[in-house]
Amino acid sequence: MSDWPLLGVAVVVAGFVLRRNPALVVVAAGLVSGVAAGMRLDELLALLGTSFVSNRALLLFVLTLPVIGLLEHHGLRERAQAWIAGFRSLTLARLLVSYLGLRQLLSMFGLIDLAGHAQTVRPLLAPMSEAAAAREGGPLAPAQRDEVRALAAATDNVGRFFGEDVFLAFGAVLLIQGLYERQGILLEPLEIALWALPTAIAAFAIHALRIAWVGRRLARRTAAPRDGAHVDVAD
Amino acid sequence: MLRIEHVYWLVGAFLLVAAAINLRGRRWSGGAFWALLATPFLFGETVLAANARDQQWPAQAMGIAVVALGVLAARGRLRLAPEGASEIEARVERALRFGNRLFVPALAIPLLTLAFVLSAGYLRWGDTPLIDGAQTTLVSLGLACALAIVIALRTTHSRFPLALQQGTRLLDALGWAALLPMLLATLGSVFAATGVGDAIAELVGALIPVDSRLACLLAFAFGMVVFTVVMGNAFAAFPVMMAGIGLPLLVLKHGADPAPLGAIGMLTGYCGTLLTPMAANFNIVPAVLLELPDQYGVIRAQVVTALALLVVNVILMWLLVFR
Repeated sequence: MSDWPLLGVAVVVAGFVLRRNPALVVVAAGLVSGVAAGMRLDELLALLGTSFVSNRALLLFVLTLPVIGLLEHHGLRERAQAWIAGFRSLTLARLLVSYLGLRQLLSMFGLIDLAGHAQTVRPLLAPMSEAAAAREGGPLAPAQRDEVRALAAATDNVGRFFGEDVFLAFGAVLLIQGLYERQGILLEPLEIALWALPTAIAAFAIHALRIAWVGRRLARRTAAPRDGAHVDVAD
Repeated sequence: MLRIEHVYWLVGAFLLVAAAINLRGRRWSGGAFWALLATPFLFGETVLAANARDQQWPAQAMGIAVVALGVLAARGRLRLAPEGASEIEARVERALRFGNRLFVPALAIPLLTLAFVLSAGYLRWGDTPLIDGAQTTLVSLGLACALAIVIALRTTHSRFPLALQQGTRLLDALGWAALLPMLLATLGSVFAATGVGDAIAELVGALIPVDSRLACLLAFAFGMVVFTVVMGNAFAAFPVMMAGIGLPLLVLKHGADPAPLGAIGMLTGYCGTLLTPMAANFNIVPAVLLELPDQYGVIRAQVVTALALLVVNVILMWLLVFR
């Protein structure tokens, strides 16, 4: 077995380091890997074509876009903002842990793109988190404000990633099922998805604890000197 | 009987509409991009059937389409049309008018999907089942989306073209990012076929004692994380690590249970996604959106969670996979 096809991996690394368009990098890596393995061009194109067609289930989510687009046009996001803003007396930890739990639950039902960095974190979660932290411990220094914002973005990622694999999140589960199927191991998607549950619970527990720690540290900050306060990045 | 192929035709039809809307707006590369992407959905079954008969040209043509999509993705600057203040104001006003009713169609998609999945065994027309038993979940999703559009149109008193137009707006905003999961899965298949997995398995085999279950499991978990960090996506890492270590060593040699191995193995890769700038959508874009001075600020906020979860995942796999 030759090691030349590993050149495809090198193309991926180089492409991302040079910040080329990811879609182009991935296609180029496939071509390089095939040529390096000594495949003929016609074989390689047929392989690209059949693999691409076989993986078309991954694009099924676009069927949700007309529904979501129509609802957004009629103010779905504005309604969601108003609804969440209606909850009073939220601390930073309560706000972020609730968001984490809600994000995980929604992802579990396949509602992955209902929230996101552009849709909910920047306009909604980040400013609300800053406000909650400021209410608890006074105005935030710039470094602390950035820390709160980064934590809000991280919370969205953790909630999304460790919810989507659990139930009706089709992409990852179907990739696993399809890969096994081609090897003659037949499994139902639900069988695979349920095994993601323990990790989902662990992710919630670990990240919720970290949020609580950061929240406590920021709330106690009133006693500490405000000016140029040193902030531990690794809590 | 409703088969998955019918749902794919629906996707193909929507992509063609998106192409037409782009072309009408004189966005040529956007139009070409969505039209090309419609082909695997409209002709996918034909391509695969021809390939099974050793007739290779349709698959080769599709391969050329994949390369063309990559080039168009790099060229085309698909972007969201900026909206004016009056448009935002109108939306806020509509949000007040419709209130919480707006949540109903959005929630109908997952709930109807679930309902169809659970009742698929009972839904029949005479002797024929209504939903193809081989692909229950996906056919149910397609059916649920079609019904949800009807519900959404009734809720918002809108006409169908508006839904297509708004769906295209979102599709254009996603642009090439919508295509990336499919491309990465394709790259995974190419890597598997060209022996990248074998090459890595060989390297790993030379480095670790393959007779030890624990060593194989650790190599699998570590490989998932490292490969995900390199590729920026666990989807691309998974087929490679499965072909290299998961299937030959863990499942076949050591008798690991494939279902938990696949699920938790994938999630181990997700720990890598939290750590890598290559997953730009999740780690770099928000740092820019939130105006953080450090572009790795979001990754820094994720390091502790990712590493702790990695340890938990390895322990879970050790306990659940070799029962």
